[in-house]
Amino acid sequence: MVDARGYSCPMPVVMVQKEVKKNAPATLEVLVDNQCSVENVTRYGMGQGYQVKVTQEGQDFRLTLSK
Amino acid sequence: MKKVDWIVVIAGLAVGIAAVVLTLMGNPSNMGFCIACFLRDIAGATGMHSAAKVQYVRPEIIGLVLGAFLMSLATKEFRARSGSSPAVRFVLGGFVMVGALAFLGCPLRMVLRLAGGDLNALVGLMGFIIGILLGIVFLKKGFSLKRSYDVGKGEGAVLPAVMVVLLVLFLAVPALFKFSEEGPGSMHAPVLVALVIALVVGALAQRARLCMVGGIRDAVLFQDFRLLYGFVGIFVAALVGNLITNRFSLGFTLQPIAHSAHLWNLLGMVLVGWGSVLLGGCPLRQLILAGQGNGDSAVTVFGMIVGAALSHNFGLAGNADALNEAGEVVVGGISNAGKVAVVLGLVVMLVVSLINLPKEEKA
Repeated sequence: MVDARGYSCPMPVVMVQKEVKKNAPATLEVLVDNQCSVENVTRYGMGQGYQVKVTQEGQDFRLTLSK
Repeated sequence: MKKVDWIVVIAGLAVGIAAVVLTLMGNPSNMGFCIACFLRDIAGATGMHSAAKVQYVRPEIIGLVLGAFLMSLATKEFRARSGSSPAVRFVLGGFVMVGALAFLGCPLRMVLRLAGGDLNALVGLMGFIIGILLGIVFLKKGFSLKRSYDVGKGEGAVLPAVMVVLLVLFLAVPALFKFSEEGPGSMHAPVLVALVIALVVGALAQRARLCMVGGIRDAVLFQDFRLLYGFVGIFVAALVGNLITNRFSLGFTLQPIAHSAHLWNLLGMVLVGWGSVLLGGCPLRQLILAGQGNGDSAVTVFGMIVGAALSHNFGLAGNADALNEAGEVVVGGISNAGKVAVVLGLVVMLVVSLINLPKEEKA
């Protein structure tokens, strides 16, 4: 789980990139709180071969990255 | 080949075209938009500095912030947030402005200067890239100005509100402000034209997440070229516009509102690139983020305005190249005080970068 709420870009993608490079997880949950980060993390995840599912939770977003 | 995100390309092209139109309608050459110069002009108009040639209430700044504000309301993206090291951001904003005014332009004007054939901007671009790479070194080590938090809507609306008040006072009581009678501050497009163009550009920049520093940063960090398309779009549109309107002049010497002191063009933009990476976006992006409710970006913009005022009050800003009475080129550049300020700014960037690394990763 990467909780990137409260962070503006590029920090959420940097945090996800760090986790992906360190542990190469098959699935990864990412929490962000702005649309820009949703777009950027989605693009990064897809570039790394993940499928990305986005669910809105109140004002926040949960992204589920899975291979 | 990754899919091209056309909104970024369209926004970039629109900014480039808008810049050429604004120049044709009265703005200084290669200065259709310049966030640093225009914030500096506003600082002058409100009496925060007394450099007589750079005082004007630039409707472009007002329009960019309000365009982003209105678009973020329409798309429900407006969200008031603050608390991510605001005091540090204020200082960083101030030094980004010192660097930009040493070079005589923000990253956006750097692209517009390149599109006008000003090769000094190529030196600036080299510095900008070096600054971004320095910032990336620390991002990779875990640099962060920490998270922000939800705050009251009023906090998020501060900069849009300030811009509305500024616009109303500018239109209703212009005698309150100082206006340049000569120099760059005296050259401007009609108020309504500048305002409407900037509203559209602000809205587009909000949708496209346009950011001059983001293009190069994301390309290096994530091999994500999306924002770079916007950067290229601005350049191509302005280049074509300048060629069509016969405003393209290739070279280093006597470029409009530019100097050819190469080292200081380079170092000034190193400072801007590094500072902008630490801040999470270029000066244009800070205006847009402040428009969509980011109080930290609003503080950064206030820091940039104060940085501009200090730059002129202490004679730190660059002087353009000029011809003397004998018709010889006199290279401008920056004063010794300006050089000290740029170096001090780089030291501040290093200190801020180091003290905001995760504790376990400190050397």
